[in-house]
Amino acid sequence: MAAFIVQRIVQGIVVMAAMSLLVFLGVYAIGNPIDVLLAPDATQEIRAQTIARYGLDRPLYEQYGQFVWRVLHGDLGRSFVFNMPVTTLIFQRLPATLELTLAAVLGATLIGVPLGIYAGYRPQSRTARWIMGISVIGFSVPTFWIGLVLILTFAVTLGWLPAGGRGETASLFGIQWSFLTGNGLKHLLLPALNLSLFKLALMIRLARAGTREIMLTDTVRFARATGQSEATIIRHHVLRLISIPLVTVFGLELGSTLAFAVVTETIFSWPGVGKLIIDSIQSLDRPVMVAYLVLVSLLFIAINFLVDLCYVALDPRMQKS
Amino acid sequence: MSEPLLSVAGLKTIFNTRNGLLHAVDDVTFSLDRGEILGLVGESGSGKSVTGFSLLGLIEQPGEIAGGSIRFDGQELVGASINTLRSIRGKRIAMIFQDPAMTLNPVLTIRQQMKLAFDAHAGQQQSDFTKRAIEVLTKVGIPDPAARLDAYPHQFSGGMRQRVAIAIALLHSPDIIIADEPTTALDVSIQAQILAEMRSLAQETGTALIWISHDLATIAALAHRIAVMYAGRIVEQGTTSALIRAPRHPYTQGLLNSRPDRFPPKAKLPQIRGAMPSLSNLPQGCAFAPRCQFASDLCRSKIPPWSGTPQDGFACYHPLERAP
Repeated sequence: MAAFIVQRIVQGIVVMAAMSLLVFLGVYAIGNPIDVLLAPDATQEIRAQTIARYGLDRPLYEQYGQFVWRVLHGDLGRSFVFNMPVTTLIFQRLPATLELTLAAVLGATLIGVPLGIYAGYRPQSRTARWIMGISVIGFSVPTFWIGLVLILTFAVTLGWLPAGGRGETASLFGIQWSFLTGNGLKHLLLPALNLSLFKLALMIRLARAGTREIMLTDTVRFARATGQSEATIIRHHVLRLISIPLVTVFGLELGSTLAFAVVTETIFSWPGVGKLIIDSIQSLDRPVMVAYLVLVSLLFIAINFLVDLCYVALDPRMQKS
Repeated sequence: MSEPLLSVAGLKTIFNTRNGLLHAVDDVTFSLDRGEILGLVGESGSGKSVTGFSLLGLIEQPGEIAGGSIRFDGQELVGASINTLRSIRGKRIAMIFQDPAMTLNPVLTIRQQMKLAFDAHAGQQQSDFTKRAIEVLTKVGIPDPAARLDAYPHQFSGGMRQRVAIAIALLHSPDIIIADEPTTALDVSIQAQILAEMRSLAQETGTALIWISHDLATIAALAHRIAVMYAGRIVEQGTTSALIRAPRHPYTQGLLNSRPDRFPPKAKLPQIRGAMPSLSNLPQGCAFAPRCQFASDLCRSKIPPWSGTPQDGFACYHPLERAP
């Protein structure tokens, strides 16, 4: 077990190193930030000064070395545009994205898995057909369109829910959260719903396929032959046996949604990191882009690691290898 | 004589498939006394496993029991409520399956799985679970059962896994164990061990066994009585010694002749010509007629009626002569 953890950590470090290099090179290739930083009528002297201040006159490898050195000391640089440390900038925005993503992915899982299990357990029933119909819509209709329809319906026509923003927030662990206030929850509902529809469809399909497969196995037959109730069989046998693909997709979706909830955040003007990265790309705010992408890779590595640990906990056959 | 523990009469189990109605079990009649071992023998698709599942009401859509009666200890099981059936499953009639690698849940420990089977029947002294689990594991020959209780199925060999499944079946000391080819997936040496153990277990505990197998040799070594199934019907039934010594149905004779151990090395092995017809395409009359050397026009037009007593008889127009 210890060897497994050490191995994963070493792998993570290698991945991080490769990622930081790729990101740095990729971002360096995009445009010239000086054009963004300075007014077009700035003097040559100011230009040279600025270039020297940001180290843009140094060779690329030196810039990269300096970047890595600073990152290892917890300094990801200052934003060109906001003129503040990017870490502060990102961590200001992260809670908003975090709560939106968790609400969407957890909601999709907690609702989608039971629906999927039902659809797999009674595949011929009318309810199952409805569930599968909804999942097809969730898969095939684009997020931005659903978002607009949700705003039109619930915010514009019915006036029940706000169309954008985070609403009131309350403080927990020194961080501002929307889900702690009634008003914030109202603001959270529509974007979370919008973001979760695709994941809901995915969870339904996965849970249904798994359940259908497991219900036909001798494991279930044997459990029935010992007199166990259907509820026991679903809770103790089916749920345990279908959990591995569910955990995998949960991890992947959590990571990718945290990193790229851009569309929903833009439509609902949710002040999360998705909007931050889009803004920084438009304004060529290099330090923000680089720091953001590095943090995202770190996040993915961490989530994958946790998912691997879940596998070992869920499937004893993996403990041997 | 008192009523038998289990009596099955005219049992019909059908499957409503895309290829039409399949009569997987058709007019099956047999009975079982306490402590008796009944062998149910037949080729794949003869309906012997479906018969086993029917007894526990474990037939799933698109299948159903379409007729007949299953009386168990004075209670009718055909048409019984799911709660009645569940109170019998595992507690009074247990079942073990062919492949223990498939039946045990790979992600639960033996203790968890035994606990689920134990808790399925209320009214047990809950505190006694561990004691009872160790007791049945010891009975089936698992070494160091207390420690093995927390192992997972993949940490057992195939034979040990099947012993665990048998132990689970024994948890509630059932009246009947239905064993659906439980040794087919195992090594021959393990097969013989488990067979011997099952026989002594049945004797010891007074449990009746319904042993389902395609292997007449195995069954002959174990069962008191044998029922031979072909295409969903019982074609011959009788005590093991009589049936082996002097079979009446040509199919039984064919099965007996197909045992390779009866012939000298390199001799040409006799076999039953052809293959069992598919259930969706049964011939008119006797289903065995196309493969039978004695078949007449009568055989090909009408299903032969049962001759003899329900416990001891055959369904054939041209039975083999019983030696005087």
